[in-house]
Amino acid sequence: MPRILEARSLTPVTKYFRIDAPLIAAVAKPGQFVMLRVREGGERIPITIADYDRAAGTLTIVVQEVGATTQRVCALEAGDEILDVAGPLGGHIEIPLGGHVCGVGGGFGSAALLCLMREFSARGDRTTAILGARSKDLLILADELRPVCSDVEICTDDGSAGMKGFVTQRLAQLIAGDGPGRPDYVIAIGPMAMMRAVAETTREPKVKTLVSMDPLMVDGTGMCGGCRVTVGGKAQFACVDGPCFDAHQVDFEVAMRRNKAYVREEKRAVERLACLGVCRT
Amino acid sequence: MAKKKTIRTIPQQRSPVREQDPRERVRNFAEVNCGFRVEDALNEAERCLLCPDPACVEGCPVSIDIPGFIRKLSAKDFRGAYDVITGTNLLPAICGRVCPQESQCEGVCPVGETLEPVAIGRLERFVGDTAIAERWTNIPYIEPSGFRIGIVGSGPAGMACAADMAKAGCDVTVYEAFHQAGGVLKYGIPDFRLPNAVIDAEIENLRKLGVKFECNTLVGRLFTIEQMIDEMGYDAVFVGTGAGCPTLLGIPGDFLNGVLSANELLTRCNLMLAREFPTYDTPVPFGRRVAVIGSGNTAMDAMRVCLRLGAEKVHCIYRRTKAESPARAEEIHHAEEEGIEFHWLTNPVEILDDGKGNVRGMRCIRMALGEPDESGRRRPVPVAASEFDFECDMIVFAIGTNANPIIGQTAKLKLNKRGYIETDANLATSMAGVFAGGDIVTGAATVIEAMGAGRKAARSMKAYLGIRDTGVDDLAGPNGSAGKLFGIDVRERNFARIRVA
Repeated sequence: MPRILEARSLTPVTKYFRIDAPLIAAVAKPGQFVMLRVREGGERIPITIADYDRAAGTLTIVVQEVGATTQRVCALEAGDEILDVAGPLGGHIEIPLGGHVCGVGGGFGSAALLCLMREFSARGDRTTAILGARSKDLLILADELRPVCSDVEICTDDGSAGMKGFVTQRLAQLIAGDGPGRPDYVIAIGPMAMMRAVAETTREPKVKTLVSMDPLMVDGTGMCGGCRVTVGGKAQFACVDGPCFDAHQVDFEVAMRRNKAYVREEKRAVERLACLGVCRT
Repeated sequence: MAKKKTIRTIPQQRSPVREQDPRERVRNFAEVNCGFRVEDALNEAERCLLCPDPACVEGCPVSIDIPGFIRKLSAKDFRGAYDVITGTNLLPAICGRVCPQESQCEGVCPVGETLEPVAIGRLERFVGDTAIAERWTNIPYIEPSGFRIGIVGSGPAGMACAADMAKAGCDVTVYEAFHQAGGVLKYGIPDFRLPNAVIDAEIENLRKLGVKFECNTLVGRLFTIEQMIDEMGYDAVFVGTGAGCPTLLGIPGDFLNGVLSANELLTRCNLMLAREFPTYDTPVPFGRRVAVIGSGNTAMDAMRVCLRLGAEKVHCIYRRTKAESPARAEEIHHAEEEGIEFHWLTNPVEILDDGKGNVRGMRCIRMALGEPDESGRRRPVPVAASEFDFECDMIVFAIGTNANPIIGQTAKLKLNKRGYIETDANLATSMAGVFAGGDIVTGAATVIEAMGAGRKAARSMKAYLGIRDTGVDDLAGPNGSAGKLFGIDVRERNFARIRVA
């Protein structure tokens, strides 16, 4: 079982884990994910790979507490083992060399920019990360991202750090030529509403944009279709055909509705966990 | 010497098999068919005519010496019967339950010409269950051959191939993408038909043979088939990844909440034990009035699972008639007993929205049977202006599966136009040392056909590696399995027999 080497809280609801997983670390690429299961009888949940260190054989993930299983994950500490970690899963992000790549991270989605920005910077692309959060306290990994990309732009809803406003406002300024300038490729990772807003921002100026979809998943290997998303009017399985898709082709309305299919059950699971006394750390 | 049995002297009636009462069993996931008691098995064994040239052996895809094990049963030598069966088939408790015997061994049994055929499947299951209860295993000491074999997929094809290669002295590793081994036997077939405990017992037997199982490993992403051969030191690889990718409905509304594939429903329920939610963490959608589209075994399983999850009414929607239904007769019978309502010659054309993104019902059209198509079945054609609305709050589609694309995308194996792996008659793929079998070659088929393919591939792999193959599977006859263990002749001095009981 993969052992947790390092665990630290980034915000009251997000936690950073470095895991000993040399096989996965050796082949993981930006855009891929892992499926986790933390206990016998536990569910399988998809988590985006935030970073990897091939030499050290470690994998980095950032988990946000949103329900019962993520609460159980976030209760883990260094030295603990994770029952099942399967990956890397999904396809990786492929974009042509030599452009200006802008990664947009909303909330804990910023974590996935770590390997993305590092890989694209390393091959010579110009890289800009736009990080967004409601306030300064919820902003994550800005210091870790600075050394791996050309520019880091910060936006907070309340103006407590960086620009006051949404990531899409800063992105629009970039497209207009401001600051680090117009990006050739935008990759947005974060809450569905934020990714949809990014897609709308880049649609008219025709900037190629990818979004990392996070539908409900069961197996993550293409055998159930639970994660199907509509892309360009066609059904695609996010776990094998994605998880990254052309943002201008994705039907976000359907995707957002499908993600709410189990809200009642999710609430029940959280209430039950509270009764069991497995509480937030 | 007993008097020769004739059709007139044998018991005329099949031994009754105890089944859970339909009204009881729709409320639990326990096995429907309780299996033979000892006296039932002995009585049924008496019905076999012990034909000198047995048609049943021909009818069995892996040619089990059926009269051979029945003879042992009649002599009350249950252990002997187990040894005969495991000479050709390592997983009797599974095959005895899930094989479509009516179209295989039992379909050609001469007794069946005048009476009901001998219940070969139930007898095989009796022997397999007895072995599990008594903890019998046949573990030969095998001289290591030094070869390393990688197997991709732990379903029935992979399990059968692993068993044969381990018996040939190879160091076998099975890679499985899920967190538990077993493939469709685990995630697909529900406990009321094939208890997961039975599969675990059979997998444990493979572990005792020295087979290693590596779960959470998706070949194609973590490493490729090429790497297994080039870098990881496997002398041969068998690909048995199955056809697990569901065919979607492709009609308006199929993205509404409450529409899901049978694979998703069954995986949630069988593998993740969502039926125990919230004790187990995986939720399962709940429908009061469920429509299952399709009429294969998967559809039957899905319908019966929905009933047990508490649905008030479950409907089967199928575009052909009962006669063309691909499900086993026994499964349809069980489903009918449990109160499933069948709507033959009916096809959905649109799924209807309740205004909040959930299923409200579906629009169906009546069908009629036209000319036979390439599969030989009469093609269903829509009846003009026969649309009607059907009320339901959950829709499960079980209209077939396709090859999973991952292996095809990540290995340079030659595929056919439908995405399945192309092999020659010996199940060798376009890549030297790589063999494939089961649903990933043939498309969705049966468990026993997959196991047969796994064993056939094992024979080819042995030939490829230059391992001598005694080939006794093919020699099963009146004395075919006598003195043989796992298909190896005991007179060969490459193993000693150890009994674990």
